[in-house]
Amino acid sequence: MARKLNMRIWRGDSVDGALQDVQVEANEGEVVLDVIHRVQATQMGDLAVRWNCKAGKCGSCSMEINGKPRLACMTQVASYGEEETITVTPLRAFPVIKDLVTDVSFNYKKAMEIPAYAPPSDLKPGEARMQQVDVERSQEFRKCIECFLCQDTCHVIRDHEENKKSFAGPRFFIRIAELDMHPLDTLRNRKQTAQEEHGLGMCNITKCCTEVCPEHIRITDNAIIPMKERVVDVKYDPVRWLGSKIRKREGIV
Amino acid sequence: MSELERHKFDVVVIGAGGAGLRAAVEAREAGLSVAIICKSLFGKAHTVMAEGGAAASMGNVNSGDNWMVHFRDTMRGGKFLNHYRMAELHAKESPDRIYELEMWGALFDRTKEGKISQRNFGGHEYPRLAHVGDRTGLELIRTMQQKIVALQQNDMKTFGKLWIEVFAELTVTEILKEDGKVAGVYGYWRESGSEVLFEAPAVIIATGGVGKTFKITSNSWEGTGDGHALALKAGANLVDMEFLQFHPTGMVWPPSVRGILVTESVRGEGGILTNIKGERFMFKYIPDVFKDKYADNEAEADRWYLDQDKNRRPPELLPRDEVARAINTEVKAGRGTEHGGVFLDVSKRISAEIIKKRLPSMWHQFYELAGVDITKEPMEVGPTCHYVMGGVEVVPETAAAVGVDGLFAAGEVAGGMHGSNRLGGNSLSDLLVFGRRAGIGAIEYVRANEAKSVSDSSIKAASQRIEAPFTRTGGENAYSLHAELQEITHNLVGIIRTKSELVEAIEKIADIRTRSANISVTGGRKFNPGFHLAFDLDNMLLVAESTAKCAVGREESRGGHTRDDFPGMDNKWRQVNQISSFDGQKVNVRKQALPSIPKELFDLFDVHELEKYMTAEEIAKGGSN
Repeated sequence: MARKLNMRIWRGDSVDGALQDVQVEANEGEVVLDVIHRVQATQMGDLAVRWNCKAGKCGSCSMEINGKPRLACMTQVASYGEEETITVTPLRAFPVIKDLVTDVSFNYKKAMEIPAYAPPSDLKPGEARMQQVDVERSQEFRKCIECFLCQDTCHVIRDHEENKKSFAGPRFFIRIAELDMHPLDTLRNRKQTAQEEHGLGMCNITKCCTEVCPEHIRITDNAIIPMKERVVDVKYDPVRWLGSKIRKREGIV
Repeated sequence: MSELERHKFDVVVIGAGGAGLRAAVEAREAGLSVAIICKSLFGKAHTVMAEGGAAASMGNVNSGDNWMVHFRDTMRGGKFLNHYRMAELHAKESPDRIYELEMWGALFDRTKEGKISQRNFGGHEYPRLAHVGDRTGLELIRTMQQKIVALQQNDMKTFGKLWIEVFAELTVTEILKEDGKVAGVYGYWRESGSEVLFEAPAVIIATGGVGKTFKITSNSWEGTGDGHALALKAGANLVDMEFLQFHPTGMVWPPSVRGILVTESVRGEGGILTNIKGERFMFKYIPDVFKDKYADNEAEADRWYLDQDKNRRPPELLPRDEVARAINTEVKAGRGTEHGGVFLDVSKRISAEIIKKRLPSMWHQFYELAGVDITKEPMEVGPTCHYVMGGVEVVPETAAAVGVDGLFAAGEVAGGMHGSNRLGGNSLSDLLVFGRRAGIGAIEYVRANEAKSVSDSSIKAASQRIEAPFTRTGGENAYSLHAELQEITHNLVGIIRTKSELVEAIEKIADIRTRSANISVTGGRKFNPGFHLAFDLDNMLLVAESTAKCAVGREESRGGHTRDDFPGMDNKWRQVNQISSFDGQKVNVRKQALPSIPKELFDLFDVHELEKYMTAEEIAKGGSN
């Protein structure tokens, strides 16, 4: 059943922009990305929007819908009231390029700062043996589709450009946790650097990132909190602190 | 006009999916400078959509598996139209490529012994697919993306600058040649619309598929046949473009999700297909060539899940072309659902807990997009355009494009490997095996050939082509022309084809191409999807023309090409590849002999099986050497 939907779409660029009202047809079962595409094909040929798989698997169509960070391809039009206006705006934590498209290069820069997986030097291809239960912890974090909604919602950087330099954000805390929990990774100081170089300490576990994650990754409970606990252990337990100094170990697992 | 942005690299890779990234890693590790160009952000390529797994005969679950069994399955799946050498290299090298990913940090699901687990899939005799739940493609992409980041970190540490760079959201509009050899590529930044020149002696095309040429497809917007069209225009050939894989199970309801893939793993995990009458219809559709491998009754099919050595496989696990045709027939006979699909049910076979563990993204996808809980109720599914078997004609060992020095192609954009039909799981392993080989091919080529500089006249011509749609006003709308093309391909070049409709399609596609020369674009160059589509559409039109012309040429039914007017498989046609080339105006198709299989590979098969596919003379000859 088609109906007329009232939408407000943010249009503009890095200099200037505003919400524009449009009316567009919406059909049964459609998601917000469908109606944006209809606007594009019929009313605004040059409306900029990122998207790709349209199945919640690539994390491209991240935007804010009625103020909430969401994937437009996984947001049903029907989840809003019949009379409700749907307002779509670009991600707030990143600079706008045009319309609904933002410059997310911050995330790619942060990815570069995290040391890569380091397998044992004598491990030969095909010889790795790991139990399912042991890989599952890291597998949860590897479900991440890099939609960067967690980065967008995180209050440490959402309205604080100045924090971006010293804060990697939830997406990269789960990347560090993933490597840290990898059964074969040999780098021993990942938690420490999360704290010292990537700003883990700035997170005060409000769990906003977990709430917006379309993959339902328990970012705070399973990655951030366990890392924080271990870091605290090492840092404030005098015996372990002394131990780490005397034996010149980089850190403690 | 402002100064043109120029870059120089040893190798330019177009496409950042699995094949492109694997090729790039190979080239960089050999010490070359590499540019990776992609239309989307880095890490979003269509490979992320691959769900089921990567086929490799590691034999971790059933030790009876080896490359020869995998080779046989691949040839059977492709109805023996595969380039034997590609299928052979693929079967032999896949296990190493999987283990290599593990060394780079991939975390596959495990067996009890802690090895990489392997799952069953259509057409594979043994459990063979290395997987991570139902998001294997994401694992592949992320692993290689992170490998490239690791290479970049190493570059920064060692040289203080990058020797491998990613140019994301950039569209390539042309492959440039000088004196008959590849000299670089030309394109524009999608973000700003400004133009870029890359000079490089070797270009690897790894652009994936053509699904967006069709109305119902599992492909993302990127699948517009760019590489196919770029190769054609550069003077390369496409082989067997009539073969398109319609994946049997795409979502059918609601309309906005129509075509989105439902992984074959659902059937691998025990999902059964039924029609509206509740009939498990696949038993009716087992073709003669597969009768000895597939169960013809429910009791045996059910027993197979418990004992795979003593029972034949359930017919739901037939190769994809067979299952897609069966569903199509059921729906056409009025036994489909009200939305034109059939039912796929996994809820009666395995527990809700295991479904959520093994098929998490399927559960998620149906629950959130269709309001269906697949742990309790069946899914509605129907065929969706998924994969093109046809593609750039290449030399198997080096992935070099036949006819163009310096051009290489790997992954879905290359042809030959899968013959007339690809087995599930063989594309992820294909892109690793031939991505690497394309990298090696490019390395050898770069070491033996001087880079050529691109002439000003080539640059000017490429630039004018990009500017053209902005200079017109009141012309055709790219969105409407695209929709028209999709109607034509869907209705006239779809799963079941016939001569009169194909002839009609060729005329109509030609008409759209004429009109597309008059596309005008509104708005500026900055991130303008209407402008982007104008270029994608041009590529899709060439691909559609090639597909329709090959389809009318091949007067038989085989794999992903079914002719209503020639319903049988014809062993004479098995010896023929159809080669598309482009003369600047139109696509021309000619016939070429398929390379014949050498004796040592011929002897891997039971001669009675080969008799189903080969002519008496071929059998008598017993292989080519």
